Amino acid sequence: MNIVTNNKWIGQRTIRPDGADKVTGRAAFAADTNMSGMIWGKVLRSPHPHARIKSIDTSKAEALPGVKAVVSARDIVDFPVDKSVMLGIQDMRWMCRNVMAREKALFPGHPVAAVAATTEAIAAKACELIEVEYEVLPWSIEIDDAIKPDAPILHDFLKFEGKPSNIAGKLEVKKGDIEQGFKQAEVVVERTFTTRPVHQGYIEPHACLVSVAPDNKTTIWSSSQGQFMVRAMTAYLTGIPQSDIRAIPAEIGGGFGGKTIVYLEPLATLLAKKSGRPVKMVMTREEVMRATGPTSGSKSTVKIGARKDGTIVAAQGTFYLQAGALPGSPIRGAVGCSFSPYDIPHVLSVGFDVLSNRSKVAAYRAPGAPIGAYAVECVLDELAEALKMDPLELRLKNAAKQGTKAAFGPVFPRIGYIETLEAAKAHPHYTAPLGKWQGRGVASGFWFNAGGESSAQVNVTEDGNVVVTTGHPDVGGSRAAIANICAELLGIDYKRVSVLIGDTATIGFSNLTGGSRVLFASAIVVTQSTDKIISTLKERAAKIWDIDPEAVKWENGAAHPASPNAGQFEPLTLAELAAKAPTMGGPIGAGVQLNTEGAEGGFGTHICDVEVDTELGIVRVIRYTAVQDVGRAIHPGYVEGQIQGGVAQGIGWALNEEYIYNKSGKVDNPGFLDYRMPVCSDLPMLDCVMVEVPNPKHPQGVKGVGEVPLVPVMAAVANAIHNALGKRFYSLPMSPPVVLEVIEGPETRQAAE
Amino acid sequence: MTELRYLAPTTLDEAIKAFAAAGSAGRILAGGTDLLVQMRSGAVKPGVIVDIKKIAEMTAIAKTADGGFRIGAAVPGAVLAEHPNFGKVWPGVLEAINLIGSTQVQGRASAGGNLCNGSPAGDSVPALVAAGAIVTLQGPNGRREMAVENVPAGPGRTNLLPGEILVSFSLPPRPPGSSDAYLRMIPRTEMDIAVVGVGVSLTIKDGVCTAARVGLGAVAPTVLLVEAAATALVGSKLDDAALNAAAAACSAACRPIDDKRGTIIYRTKVAGVLLKRTTLIAAKRAK
Amino acid sequence: MAKLHVSTTINGEPMEFLCEPSDTMLDALRGPLGLTGSKEGCASGDCGACSITVDDRLICSCLMLAVEAQGHELHTIEGMAHGDKLHPLQQKFLEMAALQCGICTSGMLVASDALLRKNSKPSEEEVRFWLAGNLCRCTGYDKIVRAVMETAAEMREAAQ
Repeated sequence: MNIVTNNKWIGQRTIRPDGADKVTGRAAFAADTNMSGMIWGKVLRSPHPHARIKSIDTSKAEALPGVKAVVSARDIVDFPVDKSVMLGIQDMRWMCRNVMAREKALFPGHPVAAVAATTEAIAAKACELIEVEYEVLPWSIEIDDAIKPDAPILHDFLKFEGKPSNIAGKLEVKKGDIEQGFKQAEVVVERTFTTRPVHQGYIEPHACLVSVAPDNKTTIWSSSQGQFMVRAMTAYLTGIPQSDIRAIPAEIGGGFGGKTIVYLEPLATLLAKKSGRPVKMVMTREEVMRATGPTSGSKSTVKIGARKDGTIVAAQGTFYLQAGALPGSPIRGAVGCSFSPYDIPHVLSVGFDVLSNRSKVAAYRAPGAPIGAYAVECVLDELAEALKMDPLELRLKNAAKQGTKAAFGPVFPRIGYIETLEAAKAHPHYTAPLGKWQGRGVASGFWFNAGGESSAQVNVTEDGNVVVTTGHPDVGGSRAAIANICAELLGIDYKRVSVLIGDTATIGFSNLTGGSRVLFASAIVVTQSTDKIISTLKERAAKIWDIDPEAVKWENGAAHPASPNAGQFEPLTLAELAAKAPTMGGPIGAGVQLNTEGAEGGFGTHICDVEVDTELGIVRVIRYTAVQDVGRAIHPGYVEGQIQGGVAQGIGWALNEEYIYNKSGKVDNPGFLDYRMPVCSDLPMLDCVMVEVPNPKHPQGVKGVGEVPLVPVMAAVANAIHNALGKRFYSLPMSPPVVLEVIEGPETRQAAE
Repeated sequence: MTELRYLAPTTLDEAIKAFAAAGSAGRILAGGTDLLVQMRSGAVKPGVIVDIKKIAEMTAIAKTADGGFRIGAAVPGAVLAEHPNFGKVWPGVLEAINLIGSTQVQGRASAGGNLCNGSPAGDSVPALVAAGAIVTLQGPNGRREMAVENVPAGPGRTNLLPGEILVSFSLPPRPPGSSDAYLRMIPRTEMDIAVVGVGVSLTIKDGVCTAARVGLGAVAPTVLLVEAAATALVGSKLDDAALNAAAAACSAACRPIDDKRGTIIYRTKVAGVLLKRTTLIAAKRAK
Repeated sequence: MAKLHVSTTINGEPMEFLCEPSDTMLDALRGPLGLTGSKEGCASGDCGACSITVDDRLICSCLMLAVEAQGHELHTIEGMAHGDKLHPLQQKFLEMAALQCGICTSGMLVASDALLRKNSKPSEEEVRFWLAGNLCRCTGYDKIVRAVMETAAEMREAAQ
């Protein structure tokens, strides 16, 4: 690894390449695109939480003037329930049932048919004319209801411990011997926590525009976190071969994990194929809230034991996470991440995937980890209190470091967790005075991060500038960071580097934007491509000078003799060599495709101050400092942006965001009015401290940064409220009626040993 | 698909004729911040929309002969906020109207629309009730007046007769030593529907409260004029005993529901808390 | 039912379009007018991504009927820059990384511009409450608020 230290561009707050388009309204998001002859698609959705679909009669809809196509489950490729077909972490058996109900409607909002017509209004009217015969079944939503012995079973082909069950899976991670561990503990805290489902809250609803030619050549523009995923899922679900599908990623208006699967694209593709017209489908906000995947609600029990000197000897967690209507809750994150900041000899971490009649969950920023960390970091706060230790000291005493074996498997290499604790402890925020009804809390968190497949193509233009094509939708500012890296490597002005995101036809396979992997992975392939170009440039200069390529160095955007011995030659700039390219061997460019490796996990430690209006139960966050080991901040502005965005989402999750269900099992707050995300006036400035402990396995030292910021937040807020009020909270959100009840009600503290 | 007709008459008579003729299919459009949302969600499917923003009387702000104010029902909150005097005389009414929604919503939303939408939680209503506002209505049978607290009939309903349009609000002249205030409880800092809203208007002479009116919103099917709370304040120096009694009267007057915005227990408690805070603000302003 | 014909002025240019009586101004902007810079996040006035000004008044275009545009002066994000010269707010947003995905950015800029026209010296609190109707899920608002305040300071200096 070569860490570039004399940075001209790396570490600079350059202007993002997609910025001018975004501030002028030019940037093309999926709903902004149009095609000649375009018609509109709409989805008919189940009103019932759970119902057998006995028949669907679409004849009246098909007869409505203006209707060009109708699609139902029989048009979608079936994946039989007895054979798992995996695409990444998604099982196509569930995907085919999620995009459209097959045997059963499993949640209110579950698609049962789709229509394309010449106007949105006609398509909507046609949906109303589709007659569906439902056999309404009993339903359950909450975890406790779904795992009762007599709970209505969603899928009787799924068995747990030999019986049909709504528990779709179990995951266990172990280290040492938990029973022995607790025997050594002198202080033990065990608590149970619940959280409500929350939505990623992207402001841009799902949208796509699909054109299918008579020969099956399909073009998809969509808002997604992975054009290759869109292509693959659409191919699987429609039967059109991948090679006939070109999936183009539009600018994406927020995803946070919620757009790592498809909802509309397969439906629009089938409608486009049947009608022979391009079909545009855009979700309403209500559809987004009802029928896309929020994250799990949860019930977690965490027990941590320590010796009186603060050494943690044993930790146990049991995490029940809602999957929604089909299997796949993020128990991996809850089980694997929650104890990872700590060096604990005995750990048992178990997760259960629980089905119930709500929409299938989708990934949400460090999926599962914020839920687990909320529980663990709150228990640690109680443990620190019982031990009369400063909460950061308790964490420092038990901090994971290089050589620590994480319960989920790997031995940590050089990591930066301790640095985040020390930076937090030294920060003026930690010792700033607090006023009446104000309190301060801390929490830490970990996320795996990821590497995975990435492709890049770097080409030098005839006029001596550079075009970089990468393969991942840019949600966090990765284009800016790639431009920084490429400019740095070539030693040219940042503005001479253009960074584009290719589509499935124009760039090699690149895995999803998610897992905090985009910059990590794309920087590797861009670096390798650029290194190849530099080799070519050196060879061509060497040829011109008639010297050995080994005697040429590339510096400040030009080839130079490597030493005075090599000869006296004027430098040859990139522009000069580009101009000579046609006569010197042709175009200068290189592409690299890799399954990148070497991603290391990320750690954060947060400090949160709150103020409580004790008569109304309103909690306001008045100061927040997030410390994170970011590896290397290639573009500090956008690293800060990731941190601040995650913190804001966590504050919403902690205080006011929740899915509210009515007595009929339907979402009662499917809009931004009553699904209460933080608004501008709710938040203070969000201070970031970026600790750089470079990843030794990455050419620029990059670590993923995007997901860690959400992980510690809810516990930091809860611990701050405790510091203000002397009361603990074991459920989220800590909304005003909940807080007021705890302030005024009897002590709700659970039994401590 | 409903064949929707849009009309923008320039006189009140035209508007009433069209609105009355449309019967139950007619809807008045002022700022549209409720109507358009309801149309989009399918809750309302009007056949005729009568846009009243071109009618001078409905968009005017004027001083009345007796020194009070008359505000056209369609005046947007942002326009009212720019009036040089209104906010000095009725800061509570103004702040209530300007709490409806966001800055963008305030650019369009009007007190008339807020009142006629009939939401039990409409922010303008408790303050207008506390102010003793009188509404002027005009319909096929002519013009009449009504105390603002008598307008709401229940969630989503008013006591306007068929074909009647709310034309303006009249606020009485203020004796010296008077002011008002409005507070609401919302979980965030903005953008939420009031969980409880309290409007208090009072007059103080030589440190003693000589007149008071209390409006309480979001705790019953309609806004409440809490006379018992006013009685507890009048004649007092707004000391703790008086405030506690008034607060208790507000809590006692509550008939709220449990819904996605608040619980019965919570709303009942908060009504009392807000009464005290609102009263103290109004009192400070009255000095 | 025949469509309605509307004549209006958008970003200083006279424009006309056809619409249904029930179309919102946002529908008209994004449809017949081809001005897709204003975005639909919720269609219920809760997110501000569709913000425009009408006669210099900041509103949500999803809460206005398209037909109401007749005879009024509208300004959208597309009118904020002049030729290739960005408005100071647009420039500052870029310099301070006050945007990520960009879906809220159009509305955020139109709303911020409306604020600075009204109040050239807003406090942090005033900025935050003015922008409360513009939801952002990516940035946590920190850099947006800083960008607005810095722009205000620079514009005040330039005016001296």
